[in-house]
Amino acid sequence: MVNVGVIGLGKMGLSHFSIINAHDNVKVVGVCDSSSYVLDVLSKYTGVDTFSDYEKMLESTGVEAVVISTPSKFHAPMVRACLERGLHVFCEKPFCLDPADSLALAKLASDRGLVSQVGYHNRHVGAFAEAKRLLDLGVLGKVSHVLAEAYGPVVLKPKGSTWRSRKEEGGGALYDYAAHPVDLLTWYFGRPETVSGTYLGHVFSEDTEDEVFTTLDWGGGLSGQLSVSWSDESHRKMTTRVTVWGTNGKIYVDRQEIQVYLRDGVEAPEGYDTGWTVRYTTELSDEVDFYVRGEEYSAQLATFVKRVEEGAIRGAADFVEAAAADEVLYAIANNDRAGVRPVATGETTDTTPRRRSWRERRAARRAVRAELKG
Amino acid sequence: MDRLLFGDNQFFGVNHMSEEKARAQAMRFQSLDAIMSVLDAAYDAGVTTFMCTTHDRIASVTDRMRTDPERYEKQVFYPCMPYAHKYANAMAEEGMFGAIRQFLPDGGLMDAAMRGGRSLAKKDIEGITTLLIDAEMKMFTGLKTPVVFLQNVVVDFLLGMGFTDAFRIFAEHVATRYDAEPAFITMNLPRLLDALDSVGIVNPIVCSNINKIGFRMSGGIDSYLDALHNRKFRAIAMSVYASGAIRPEEAIEWVAGLPNIESIVFGASSRANIESTVELVDRYWHS
Repeated sequence: MVNVGVIGLGKMGLSHFSIINAHDNVKVVGVCDSSSYVLDVLSKYTGVDTFSDYEKMLESTGVEAVVISTPSKFHAPMVRACLERGLHVFCEKPFCLDPADSLALAKLASDRGLVSQVGYHNRHVGAFAEAKRLLDLGVLGKVSHVLAEAYGPVVLKPKGSTWRSRKEEGGGALYDYAAHPVDLLTWYFGRPETVSGTYLGHVFSEDTEDEVFTTLDWGGGLSGQLSVSWSDESHRKMTTRVTVWGTNGKIYVDRQEIQVYLRDGVEAPEGYDTGWTVRYTTELSDEVDFYVRGEEYSAQLATFVKRVEEGAIRGAADFVEAAAADEVLYAIANNDRAGVRPVATGETTDTTPRRRSWRERRAARRAVRAELKG
Repeated sequence: MDRLLFGDNQFFGVNHMSEEKARAQAMRFQSLDAIMSVLDAAYDAGVTTFMCTTHDRIASVTDRMRTDPERYEKQVFYPCMPYAHKYANAMAEEGMFGAIRQFLPDGGLMDAAMRGGRSLAKKDIEGITTLLIDAEMKMFTGLKTPVVFLQNVVVDFLLGMGFTDAFRIFAEHVATRYDAEPAFITMNLPRLLDALDSVGIVNPIVCSNINKIGFRMSGGIDSYLDALHNRKFRAIAMSVYASGAIRPEEAIEWVAGLPNIESIVFGASSRANIESTVELVDRYWHS
């Protein structure tokens, strides 16, 4: 039995509380939030012990592991406090806004022999894991390019009043949305050498970006592009997808399915053929013991609990791996429109004609008519 | 309850297999006429119960049906609430209380103000919950809603937290205000049955995935079969085709052989698929 404390009860925190509370090997010994209303309701209806100060909870409950889902700017100090008390830590993504913190905390966890994990739930999506397996087998031959995308309906009008809309607290589409495809990229291919050509675009938000576009370069002929928008309501919910091109073919993968195209003459792994092979989440996901909102959310917490029980210090999306994603996110955040090269203005190359005024257009129409008559 | 209930996932771009398919369906069912023609096909094939989410677009379906009561005389609705995405998106944007406020009925209703205000002050979820239920039920005014479901995302979220009083509050309100049977959708059938027992909800209607390959039958297919054999509840099977992973004939034959199942809910986008499901059920499901 693992004694768990839950810190932060927003949308993700409540979801984690529900899932981990249902785990057979877990006892939730306390929950903590700054909203006394949420605490009072939970205390009244679920009987869980509630705290408004997380350090008090850590002191008084015999907690062994924590789940942290606070606004991102609090991650670093809270994770540090927990690790220093010898607690195993599951932290929501992104891990830390400053990658120096990420690296220091990864080292601290490892020095103390503590289990760490960040909420990159796509690691536990069957289709994404299958893509990782195929890439590690080298099925695509030499990989030349990868496109990672995430779209969904979060900010659809020009307002917003939570921390998600405040840049300095880790709000914005970069940390909220792009973190997921960036994690998939670093999981699949490691840390890229450079990012360039970044455009952090605004659709509705004034203070934060709603779109993220950037180019990544791993060296050795592998490039990538990232395309993210959280202001795209044509998607019912967040959609993350990755397309990879190699000398042997192509892989397209999203949460639901993996589509693999292999060229003629390529040796296909078991279960795959040359041409297209499509495999669906129904066959690729393992069933979970308790389901709330997708197998991956249950699987990531079950994995964390199992790692704590087994003392497995290294594991999927641990702080070492999450630090790589943080380094990429930090590089993107500091590359907005950097090194911009203006496109020639037309003074030297006359390719885009200036739009004519209505007077000029009228004169032109008259000239044509006159010519036709004449 | 009828043996076959018509579901609505196909109308809203929900497809558990493929995002491409989901998008194609969302495009196809953009217009109300496209939705109505499939609902009409179901109705004409004798599938007259529509088990639907309280998605905004369902309000236009109910509006349409209200204008032609003769055509839809036998039409029955099983509302499934809430349509969770609208709350989840609102919660990320507005915070929990902003989201709740956004969905409470406005217009200065005395009753709403009383229940809502008192409820917020006392940290008593009863008032808020019943207000939200009433807001979701508005689109069905004047239509038959003998069974009202709580959606699985909410049921399972509450179940995990041990927030089981909410099930009782939902059940009592649905029974007293709408004279309807409360019902629950879940991905965790055996565990939910225990929770419903614990708050005194007897012989509940529970809808869950029941399919031959055990897809999204959390806790394992054996624990589901055990519940079907040994527990007292009224089972509705959904996802019997496991999103297309099982051949229709094989899927229906297997489910029809299980004990204690009252209904199957299925979705289809064409008259031919509706009719073939009706035909399979007639062939394999003998009472």
